[in-house]
Amino acid sequence: MSLIKQFTKGFFRENPTLVLLIGMCPTLATTTSALNGLGMGIATAFVLTCSNVVISLLSDYIPDKVRIPSFIVIIASFVTMVDLVMQAYVPGLYETLGIFIPLIVVNCIVLARAEAFASKNKVLPSFLDGLGMGLGFTMALGILGTIREILGSGSVFGYKFIKGDGILVFILAPGAFIALGYLIAFINKIRKA
Amino acid sequence: MAKIESSLKNMILSLTLIALAASAALGFVYEVTRRPIEMTKLNKKLEAIKAVVPSFDNNPDQEMFKLPTGEGDSLEIFPARKDNEIIGYAVRTSTQKGFSGYIGIMVGFSPDGTIINTNVLDQKETPGLGTKMTEPAFKDQFNGKNPGVFKLKVKKDGGEVDAITAATISSRAFCDALERAYNTLKKGGLI
Amino acid sequence: MEYIIIIISAILVNNIVLAQFLGVCPFLGVSNKINTSFGMAGAVTFVMVLATVVTYLIYKYILIKLGIAFMQTISYILVIATLVQMVEIILKKISQPLYQALGIFLPLITTNCAVLGITLLVIKKNYNLLEGVVYSAATAIGFGLALVILAGIREQLDLLNVPEGMKGAPISLVVAGILALAFMGFSGIVR
Repeated sequence: MSLIKQFTKGFFRENPTLVLLIGMCPTLATTTSALNGLGMGIATAFVLTCSNVVISLLSDYIPDKVRIPSFIVIIASFVTMVDLVMQAYVPGLYETLGIFIPLIVVNCIVLARAEAFASKNKVLPSFLDGLGMGLGFTMALGILGTIREILGSGSVFGYKFIKGDGILVFILAPGAFIALGYLIAFINKIRKA
Repeated sequence: MAKIESSLKNMILSLTLIALAASAALGFVYEVTRRPIEMTKLNKKLEAIKAVVPSFDNNPDQEMFKLPTGEGDSLEIFPARKDNEIIGYAVRTSTQKGFSGYIGIMVGFSPDGTIINTNVLDQKETPGLGTKMTEPAFKDQFNGKNPGVFKLKVKKDGGEVDAITAATISSRAFCDALERAYNTLKKGGLI
Repeated sequence: MEYIIIIISAILVNNIVLAQFLGVCPFLGVSNKINTSFGMAGAVTFVMVLATVVTYLIYKYILIKLGIAFMQTISYILVIATLVQMVEIILKKISQPLYQALGIFLPLITTNCAVLGITLLVIKKNYNLLEGVVYSAATAIGFGLALVILAGIREQLDLLNVPEGMKGAPISLVVAGILALAFMGFSGIVR
């Protein structure tokens, strides 16, 4: 696969959330607004890209049997770094995302890409794979966040365009499930067409 | 794939090396972010205090002390001074009686016990209902009221507070937090 | 009394999957058959409670004592990964059919955000060890409950005519959403 394809596959053909259907928990929990979703996506993309690179570099030196624990330590380190940096410099977003920042370590996307790709490929493809998947994830979260924010709060990126409240259920739990369900159904329709 | 075989020695060696490198890197990031994180937390507290008491020239956080509420816990009191005179007390109060549990509020009292302003710090109430407690339409009604004469209960309970429509429990909890703050200051002889 | 509140809250009011969005991947992955759902729920319960105990002890007696609380994420996930390996080994010995049925989902308990999530929440909520155990056990029951209910519904859905684009994940998500809506009705029980 050409390098360009490595990068772009994460956006459409193999979008983690909308096509591969992994990484659901943060998708549902953090998309109460467009900014929250994007913030979460970028944090995850950072971890994904960094861990892919490091794992790709080290995978030849890691014995097979201790593969998974090693990957986990590497991923968890980057997650903790993101956690600390966010706590220091973007406290508002940090508090909104809450436990979902440390939960990036169990985001199936990160471990899956490390296992399926980074450990078997060279650094540059792994970097692009991580970045592409991460940005594709961010895009999906951004889309879902925008939809939920428009329907649920009547605002876009914090700018309200209606007076009063929107259809509140969309910024609550049920709305997350329902909105994501229909979004995936819509994507399915487009892919089949 | 791995070029190194999974002998016990290799496994332990690689895991240890990775763990050490990870700890070192993390320790470094931790040190770098430690002060910024402390500053951010301190700023957040000071902003909350500034929002509820008149402008002060001391450091209320450094002069913070705790007073018992009489219910088994204690609240943090931040005295605000100007020219060495007490011009208000910011009280970090809380209640567990919110619809979704914990609500944290910073409330400023003037030395005679009148509420200056309130600032909701933490709440997880229902969006569109209980969350309206953070809006001026609800919380400003407490400003300028002295709980010594103002009945800090919702009208439904015989008090003078206008509850949020369809969010009586959240409204009651807000009053509870304020009442605890007032009682704590009173018990401590400060007002 | 406190414990009853923790239990009801964890199972119904703040159901880990339907309200807190933790454990959604296995929720969607395993819930197509009721039998596997029960098995998965059992395995998760075991890992969750054990993980809570071990991580709690590590946090209070090692991380805090040594001032390295920032190693929380790493140490927790390693504990969980180890526990899951143990469960795999034990299950292989005592129940081959269940082991086969759970298949790939067993090692996936490691990445089940619910397990790591709960261990983190126990510390965040300031529970003591006993409260933490009760909370995690109740949460696991809530997870199992949501899983089994959804499995029951999905077994029915298999017999119906679902529109092409909605088949699989989309319809499951919408059903989960309606289920979450129903569970919201429990919010008033615990204050």
